[in-house]
Amino acid sequence: MTAPPGAPALGPARQIDWALTRGRDRALDDAIAALVAPGERVLDLGCGTGDLLLRLRMEKGIHERGIERDGDAVAEAIARGLAVVEGELGEWIGDLPAGSYDLVVLNQVLPLMEDPVAVIEGALRVGRRVAVSYPNFAHWRIRLTLGLCGRLPVNPALPYEWYNTPNIRLVTVNDFRRLCAQRRWRLVREAFVAPGAVGTAAPVRALPNLRASLALAVLERGD
Amino acid sequence: MSTRRTPPAAEPPGGGHEALAPSYPPDSVGLVATRLLTLGADRPLRLESGAVLAPVTVAYETYGELSAAGDNAVLVCHALSGSAHAAGYHGTGADEKPGWWELMVGPGKAIDTTRWFVICSNFLGSCYGTTGPTSVDPATGRRWGINFPLFTIRDMVELQRLLLDELGIARLLAVVGGSMGGMQALQWAISHPDRVAGVIPIATAGGMSAQGIAFNEVGRRAIMGDPLWRGGEYPESDPPAHGLALARMVGHITYLSEEAMHRKFGRRRLADEPGSSFGREFEVEDYLRAQGDKFVRRFDANTYLYLTRAMDSFDLVADHGSLQNAFAGCTSSFLVVSFRSDWLFPPSQSQAIVQALKRSGHDVAYANLESDQGHDAFLLPGNRLGDLLPGFLARLHERGPR
Repeated sequence: MTAPPGAPALGPARQIDWALTRGRDRALDDAIAALVAPGERVLDLGCGTGDLLLRLRMEKGIHERGIERDGDAVAEAIARGLAVVEGELGEWIGDLPAGSYDLVVLNQVLPLMEDPVAVIEGALRVGRRVAVSYPNFAHWRIRLTLGLCGRLPVNPALPYEWYNTPNIRLVTVNDFRRLCAQRRWRLVREAFVAPGAVGTAAPVRALPNLRASLALAVLERGD
Repeated sequence: MSTRRTPPAAEPPGGGHEALAPSYPPDSVGLVATRLLTLGADRPLRLESGAVLAPVTVAYETYGELSAAGDNAVLVCHALSGSAHAAGYHGTGADEKPGWWELMVGPGKAIDTTRWFVICSNFLGSCYGTTGPTSVDPATGRRWGINFPLFTIRDMVELQRLLLDELGIARLLAVVGGSMGGMQALQWAISHPDRVAGVIPIATAGGMSAQGIAFNEVGRRAIMGDPLWRGGEYPESDPPAHGLALARMVGHITYLSEEAMHRKFGRRRLADEPGSSFGREFEVEDYLRAQGDKFVRRFDANTYLYLTRAMDSFDLVADHGSLQNAFAGCTSSFLVVSFRSDWLFPPSQSQAIVQALKRSGHDVAYANLESDQGHDAFLLPGNRLGDLLPGFLARLHERGPR
């Protein structure tokens, strides 16, 4: 099997090509933008070059803040006039004042987290609402690849080989729902998409754990 | 009249001789002159130490035009050995060097002089036109020398404020500076929150580190240990050149990084110097000696003592109890920048500033830029500093006064 187009050649494994996930990372922006009211305070944890924040500032006049650990992406975001800080997001939310944001976004960064539960707990402390998006590892195509070919997926939602993936956690829609129940996070809204024609994402309404490649969950603190 | 404005320095040559006019790069502000402003005895500068300076002269340059609304002024603060000459050229000679931040300041550049009105003032105590140890003490008619009163970063900011008052600039869009200039930028946000929309401290710290003080002390010892220093009472024509050059050599090492030094010099030897004596043998030695010698020709030894002391005494934690307290009353937006290979002002010190700002809920952006050039990176091409500034400045301007 040939490498997907744009895949990094074999080389230093730590050099992660974030361009590969750009399409995936923007697939749920419409759904996230729909959660934001004009003038709100939005914290994007793992904001990359700030595409979402820039859009929200232009469309909704938000007060934006982004945290990102990739230095080049941070420089890009600041160059675009965004208030973005270079740092490890788990450490960063630690001492932000409670309730200081209307919405905290964790867009496709959950699989990269050493301790995703702590990050979400931190986000729920800092924000009134938390939007979490993630690739669904139970998508039927992945099940098929693994079941029939015995191979891990390399697709637009998970565009890396096992040896160069930045993802250290894999999650499914059912797993995430189960975690929310266990931790008593209120799951107030969900949205699911599957890749449609080139560059688009089609909404998925039925059987998301089987049919969605990307999921968005909106959480509120349960207690 | 309270204030006496000294006319601009003599017009540079070239006026009226169109055919001879030199051509500067199109992205340079071109021919500029340093101006002097003298505040009269009724506008004294009260120092933190209690000493009073009057009259006080400040050297400055400006580039671009102040907008009708007065909302586009950017104050650029220079570092330890810099001057008011931040951009453009003072003369027409072939070997004429542009200002120290020509890289950043000019038409279409990161600090775009077609858009922003840029002011750079030589800070208090420096020896490039502003009142300091090399100035004449009006009480004695002789150079102040070592009798000049001690001053601080806060005093430098105070003199800059007086200058802006005189220039009619009520509010700055931004204050930007690296190293010691970054300390001034931080102090601006603290001393005059209502007059600064944005602050850009680069490769700096909320307080000088023990390591930084240590290096400065070595420099001061080199100067004061030079017999020609004569207790600070040396004549202008016979300064403690050896000690000052040594101080600069030590300082210069701290401005570079191990990587940058290795890349520039490696272990290369000078071709004509056999390795058998304690003369010059390696290229890096030659380079440092040249840096030291060059510095002696343009800088004053006592001034070096005062400036490094002012830098060492900068300590926002001691002044306010904590960095967070220090920034508590600030209303400016911050863009903090550090460089990964800077070991004189390591990124951890910028991160401490960012963390304190974050805890107090301030608007802050921070980038730790990739560079192997060490502390001096903010003066050099090859990193992304120039990309960051336009976005930040434009955002401040769009948002307008808050």
